[in-house]
Order: sequence, then structure tokens, then C-alpha cells
Amino acid sequence: MIAIIDSGGANIASVRFALERLGVAGELTADPAVIAAADKVILPGVGAAPVAMAQLEAAGLIECIRGLTQPVLGICLGMQLLFERSQEGDTPLLGLIKGTCRAFDPSAGLTVPHMGWNRLSAVGEAPHPLLSGVDLGAHVYFVHSYAAPVSEDTVASCSYGMDFTALVARGNFMGAQFHPERSGPVGARILGNFLALPQSSDDRLKERLTG
Amino acid sequence: MLTKRIIACLDVRDGRVVKGVQFRNHRDMGDILELAQRYADEGVDELVFYDITASSDGRVVDKSWVNNVARRINIPFCVAGGIRSIDDARAILNDGADKISVNSPALERPEFISELAEAFGTQCVVVGIDSRLETKDDGSDKYVVYQYTGDETKTISSKRDTVAWAAEAERRGAGEIVLNCMNNDGVKRGYDLTQLRLIREAVTIPVIASGGAGDYAHFADLFETTGIDGGLAASVFHSGQIPIPSLKRFLQDRDIEVRL
Repeated sequence: MIAIIDSGGANIASVRFALERLGVAGELTADPAVIAAADKVILPGVGAAPVAMAQLEAAGLIECIRGLTQPVLGICLGMQLLFERSQEGDTPLLGLIKGTCRAFDPSAGLTVPHMGWNRLSAVGEAPHPLLSGVDLGAHVYFVHSYAAPVSEDTVASCSYGMDFTALVARGNFMGAQFHPERSGPVGARILGNFLALPQSSDDRLKERLTG
Repeated sequence: MLTKRIIACLDVRDGRVVKGVQFRNHRDMGDILELAQRYADEGVDELVFYDITASSDGRVVDKSWVNNVARRINIPFCVAGGIRSIDDARAILNDGADKISVNSPALERPEFISELAEAFGTQCVVVGIDSRLETKDDGSDKYVVYQYTGDETKTISSKRDTVAWAAEAERRGAGEIVLNCMNNDGVKRGYDLTQLRLIREAVTIPVIASGGAGDYAHFADLFETTGIDGGLAASVFHSGQIPIPSLKRFLQDRDIEVRL
């Protein structure tokens, strides 16, 4: 079972529909027991970091998410929530991946939000399993005003005024800053790759993901 | 590099896609789902569904097709037309739309933009602006915002200056502006580059150009001379006059970054 964490925001349906197009049913839930028992967990999210963290807190999901051992995929704001902090409202996040999310700077001549299709660049020598079958330089769809820095956990970066993390993985915790559910065939492939990942009980995955 | 977006606008009336000239004489162009799927397959970057009857009739868009579109296509889409309350917007976003666009209701009550941004985040909130060039009594020209443009018998000037309104929309939390240049709409003589440059300079959020595209070169002119983020068109795409794949190859040959 694939759990889609219902963090109270709108715009969650498109993730569920993207799974349906791949032949998989996702269960929208805020129940910690259901989430903990899922084969895989997706943490979607749009809107502001402080609001999203408050919603997770109110639903009693902070420790639940931190304790997950199965593959977890954060999407957009859901990816940023995996990091330590966000400059947005100076908010402490889940702290599963090192780094602070910072705002794009419109004074640098950038249009903000970063909205539209931009290129993925794979980082590291061997592509992460999430990028299996994805061409270098493939375009995916972004909508965000804050971005996570490139770090040792970055598996694909993107460039918009600065390089930032587009796809991140640390152990079983993964995240996409872009919207795979709205990124055409490339996004569908990445979601499919996530669904195809072995579960965390498989030590080979842990080795592969953590190196 | 962020690509320039090619956006197809599907004007919807009574569940069908229609298109008129300068907002008049609407002609049936086809089935919503069929057209949406065709555009996604052809590589359009985004779709806008605009219920042109809703705003002036006081109706909200019929939601059944929003959900069907969200299930079917895997590119972003925006829904516009008659969204007057937070609940209207929430229903459409919950049905799977990525963005909602407001126009006349925001002119009636500008704080509506702030409320939408607060509830859903600025990235979901598009403000559509219908703007027309007018000559004032002293003979000088200015751009003025119009409202209720979905119905020609109800269309009126809001008396607002377009540049000032765009800036206010941004300040209130709009994440994107779609500027429809009414003088150019449907007449295929090219986008209103002068006006678009004015708006581009007035805000830092993305601005999408609408109204006037009739040829491949019009898109190249737009992207080469204005800094505008996307070009929206309807009839030239629906009729097959400009196929999306050939337009993108044309732009790529001109060294304009596009998604192929």
C-alpha cells in the first residue's frame, strides 16, 4: 500500500491520479498507524513551510515521519520539509537531511516563483535508481520560491540563478523539488522508479542508497 | 535554464471548448478531454481552462471536467472563471487543478487575492488581467483593465490602470499574471509587446502573454524582446495552424530555450 500523507493542503489529488495512471492506488491518510504500515510513503505539499509543519504537528505526524524506514518521497514543499530549516518564517523542519532552504532573490533579476520547466542535472558518478531511464538534461515542472542547497545528498540539481537540489536522497528519505506528477513522461518515469524501489527490509537498497 | 512556456488556452462554455474573435461570436472547437490529451501528447507546457461564461453569469465552473482532466493529463493546468470564494477555489484545487485564476472577482474585491494566497500559497494563485489601450480626453494613451469580458453585453471598464493593477495583484500575493491584451485578441497580428514590456518591468512574478498570436514569429518576437515567461494562444493551436511541436522546433532554432 502506498500512503499519501494528507497534510491538509489542497492540490493532493494530482499525486493520487499520477499513481493511478501508473496502475497503483494511493491511500490519502493522516493516520500514523496507516502511514507506518505502508510499503511506501509520499509526502506532498504546497504552500508555506510554517503552515505545513504546524499541520503535521497538529496531526501528530512529526515523529511518525521521522521514524519511517520504508522509502519516503517528499514532493515540492514535501521535499523541503525533509531538511533542517527553512528561511520561510524561520521554520525548523523534520531535520532528516542537512541544509537550510532559502528564498530565490528577485533582486538578481529572477522571476519568482521559479515556475515552469527546467533541466535536471544528475549529480554524482552513478545515477540514483530514481533517475533510471531518465535522460540527462530532461525537463521537469517546478513551482517554488524557496530552494534547498546542493549537498552530498543531492542526486540531481537544477539551476535558476543558483544551483539547487532538484532530487535528494538520504537512505530511505527521498525528495523531488519538482512535481513528478505534472512533469509529463519524465515525471511518470521517476514516480515509477520510486514505486519500483525495494522496501527497506532489503539491505541491498540501503547499501545502494547510502553508499 | 528555465524554458519559455507555450500555453494553450481552452475557453470553455457549457462543457465544450469554444473560441471567439475579440471575445465575440464563439465557435465550437471540440471536446475538453480530447483536446487536453492532444496538447499534452504534443508537448504543450501548460493548459489554461477558462470558463468564459461563469464570471458574468455568477456561476462557478462545472467541476466534473476538472477532475477528469486531472486524472487524464500529466502536465500542469490552471482553471479560470467565476471563482468567487475560497471554497470555490478549494474545490477546484482538490479536484486536481494546479492553479486557479481570478479576474473580475479580484477587481470587485482585491483582498480576495490575499485570501487565496494565504489559503493555498501564492504559487496557486494566478490573476488574469484583460487590458485595453484607451485614449484619454487629453489625447494621451493608457492601458485600462476591463471586467466581465466573458459576456460582451456586460463588459465594462474597471477604470483601473493596468500597470498599477498588476503591481497591486503581486503585492497582494498573486504568483503569476496572465495579461490578455484585448486590442490584439483574436486578430493574429502579434502580441502587444509594448504593453507586455511595461508589465514585465512592473512586477517580479511570472507574466504570461495572451492575445494576438497568429504566426510562429510572434512567439519568437515575444520571447526575444520582452522577458515574458510564456506565450498563451488558443485558436492558432486548436485549428492546427501552428502545431506545438513545429512551434517549439522553430523557437529552438532561434536559440530560445524550450522543452522538446
